[in-house]
Amino acid sequence: MYDVVVIGGGVIGCSIARELSRYALRVCVVEKEADVGCGTSKANSAIIHAGYDAAPGSLKAKLNVEGNPLFTELCQDLAVPFKRTGSIVVALDEKEVADLEALYERGRKNRVPGLRLLDQTALRALEPHISDQAVAALYAETAGIICPFTLTIALAENAYANGVEFFFNAEVKKVYALRPGAPRFLVKTDHLCLETRYIVNAAGVHADNISRLAGGDSFYLTPRRGEYCLLDKDQGSLARTVIFQVPTKMGKGVLVAPTIEGNLLIGPNAHNIEDKEDTGTTAAGLAEIIAGAKRALPSFDAQKTITSFAGLRAVPPQRDFLIYADSKVKGLIHAAGIESPGLTAAPAVAKLVREILAADGLKCKPKRNFNPQRPPVIRFSDLSFEEQSKLVRRDPSYGRIICRCETVTEGEIIAAIRRPLGARDLDGVKRRTRAGMGRCQGGFCSPRVMELLARELKLPLTQVTKQGGSSYLLAGPTKAPEETGKKGATNNGSL
Amino acid sequence: MEAYDLVVIGAGPAGLAAAVAAYEAGVKKILLIERDREPGGILEQCIHNGFGLFYFGEDLTGPEYAARFIQRVQERGIAIKLNTMVLEVTPDKWIIAVNKADGLLKIKAKAVVLAMGCRERTRGAIFIPGTRPAGVITAGTAQRFVNMEGYLPGKEVVILGSGDIGLIMARRLTLEGAKVKMVLELLPYSSGLTRNIVQCLQDFGIPLLFNHTVVAIHGRQRITGVTIAEVDPATKKPKPGTERLVSCDTLLLSVGLIPENELSRQAGIALDPVTKGPVVDDGMATSVEGIFAGGNVVHVHDLVDNVTREGEIAGRSAARYILTAKPVPSLKINTKAGAGVTYVVPQLIHPQQMAEELVLSFRVNQVFKDQKLVVALATGQGHKILGTKKRMIMVPGEMQEFKVKKEDLWAALGQEDGSSPLELTVSVPEEGEDHDV
Repeated sequence: MYDVVVIGGGVIGCSIARELSRYALRVCVVEKEADVGCGTSKANSAIIHAGYDAAPGSLKAKLNVEGNPLFTELCQDLAVPFKRTGSIVVALDEKEVADLEALYERGRKNRVPGLRLLDQTALRALEPHISDQAVAALYAETAGIICPFTLTIALAENAYANGVEFFFNAEVKKVYALRPGAPRFLVKTDHLCLETRYIVNAAGVHADNISRLAGGDSFYLTPRRGEYCLLDKDQGSLARTVIFQVPTKMGKGVLVAPTIEGNLLIGPNAHNIEDKEDTGTTAAGLAEIIAGAKRALPSFDAQKTITSFAGLRAVPPQRDFLIYADSKVKGLIHAAGIESPGLTAAPAVAKLVREILAADGLKCKPKRNFNPQRPPVIRFSDLSFEEQSKLVRRDPSYGRIICRCETVTEGEIIAAIRRPLGARDLDGVKRRTRAGMGRCQGGFCSPRVMELLARELKLPLTQVTKQGGSSYLLAGPTKAPEETGKKGATNNGSL
Repeated sequence: MEAYDLVVIGAGPAGLAAAVAAYEAGVKKILLIERDREPGGILEQCIHNGFGLFYFGEDLTGPEYAARFIQRVQERGIAIKLNTMVLEVTPDKWIIAVNKADGLLKIKAKAVVLAMGCRERTRGAIFIPGTRPAGVITAGTAQRFVNMEGYLPGKEVVILGSGDIGLIMARRLTLEGAKVKMVLELLPYSSGLTRNIVQCLQDFGIPLLFNHTVVAIHGRQRITGVTIAEVDPATKKPKPGTERLVSCDTLLLSVGLIPENELSRQAGIALDPVTKGPVVDDGMATSVEGIFAGGNVVHVHDLVDNVTREGEIAGRSAARYILTAKPVPSLKINTKAGAGVTYVVPQLIHPQQMAEELVLSFRVNQVFKDQKLVVALATGQGHKILGTKKRMIMVPGEMQEFKVKKEDLWAALGQEDGSSPLELTVSVPEEGEDHDV
């Protein structure tokens, strides 16, 4: 019997799980994918927002402004790289200056610290590559950049270390309220049947479906797709801060930002779609974000794109987060409709969900042995020559470079597989170590990483996948020698 | 710290040839550094034939070709460190490398030859839209899986791009029992060698569709198909209404190669924006003194024979740099890609130190039939034709060569003392244009 089953292992589900792991509770996370952070959490703008954007009085505004300062300590505890670069909203003509003033005013109402209006000279000094059209900007010093899947993985690892259980490849198929009026559920997946007192619905774009399965409130989340291009590190220094344009009703518009790893990220656009799994990119969409980003930062070279991707925002009906106890089903707590600034709000969302659970009758007794810290991850490429020397002497597997583009060693990949909730597939290794994330996109290292996965997990190579499920990488062995011998005769034996 | 006269980075065909050539020129303290587990570079996975026709006058497989140079390296007792990755090369020729056995290595070299080869362009670089499932793989990676690891990446294959590796893999996968449905080429002509189109596609009845591309990738976990479309040859944009769905479990990409110059960039070496490799002179010297480069790290070749030749030049020049006092040559000729030409290597000629014969390597930017090739030198005094040649066919997929004799170049130079800029242009002038002086 669980106290809480968290449905969804994205950044919200993992934040909530980690928050609940502070207390003497039996908690588990059920995730339909093979790893944490495989939905919206892996494909977004990777920004910690300042908080001037959301409507004053909204939950979005409140949790954004509460969440932002928590990142300093959170990232220290979890050993997650985070940088407060600041952000700017640029006015690309005189008319848009009024929009900046409105945003400034909204930020003031939302109690966002460190907001300043910059004139053209100050803007140019801050962002030398900004468009000549940019006349002014709103600067927010508390905004920052982070790797969203590093954060999600770190939250999950820390939750796990503090006793939270995780189930992967576990899509919730049925939810039974065992005693209507009392918090008591049976949560069924294909292979699991979990009894729990409370359910936290953190199922991202699918949270509306989970509510329906549980017989809870009816709401519809619109999947709104956003496409991105990630550019080579040689473009990364073109932007120092996160550069937004004046927002529209569809969202914050196309941004240009350095990433925490030193690449340049551009995107997203915003298109409502039907299919909640459709994270495909489109030619028109990629052209749209490149053109959009060029308005603010004309000088980046789109040919330096190393990959493009799309993520889905879970857009709630009233454009505000849906974080509350269900009105019909007791014990069902929603953390739904978490579109932007969901990543920023995540730690504050977790606290709010915990408070709602407590108000709903869940006794939250602090655990004495809760350890907020996650052991740091060794990154060979971040070390000095002396540190690298020492490390390789101690463990020679750190002397074998597997990913040439990002300088990732065998030791780091083995550690990523062996860590708690370790990598189980190629993408899991990639998100934990960056192997395969560089400019060759895994061309050289994927055969080597697959070998390591097969060795560590004791799997045949043909069962190593890209991202779990049916994402196999090899169709099978090549022909046996006697078979090829027959056909090879057509080509004088040289093939 | 270790010290060597010459450190060669990369033990593929260019690096092996450079090491042997430097040794023959009198440099004995040489170290070859190779990141893979065996020397030979990409040749080890190229188990098809067609290697060495020019250099050896024999038809060899990739591993056979490599083995000859590996043997030469071994016979000369040239040191080689395998499974060793160079992390940094400094302009003053310190090399930081790492492997399991030695740990971190700090090596001082008198001269360095860069021979890191090239890598494949990926899906991201060419903006193929759609989902991101498993089964989208570059042709070279597929080749490694099939030929070295013994695994088939898929059974129903569409190949995008008619580069040589894609063509070779079309045949290879067919022989392994996969169905190769088609090869798509964005351009109206192939970027691969004609012999490969004949031997790898036509002989197996695999259709090659020019002016076609993949406009979407489908499938959530494993690729289930691609949408292909015809493109307008003028704009390279898909023609609306020509889209059709082709089911497949694998999309193989053979969409070009890019020289690997992360180390060169770190060392502050000037790179050519067109070749994406170092700017080199006729001796394969880069812009940083004592650092030379050869093979695919400089520009992408079609034939390994030429890679070897460039590696040898780099090795010999490095040896000369190590062994002799080097007078700075005062005369300098820049080469230039003229009309119809994409690039010319070397980018720089030092006529005072050049060999008796210099090979200019270049690529044309379109298909030319029965067109005249013109190599001309512009000096302070005017414009002199060094040579013209009518060629039956020149295609972008096949590297062109033009040999310049030292005596001819000096004759054209006349009394030049380097006070005015000198420029050697390779061009394919349009019919009717008068290029005689």
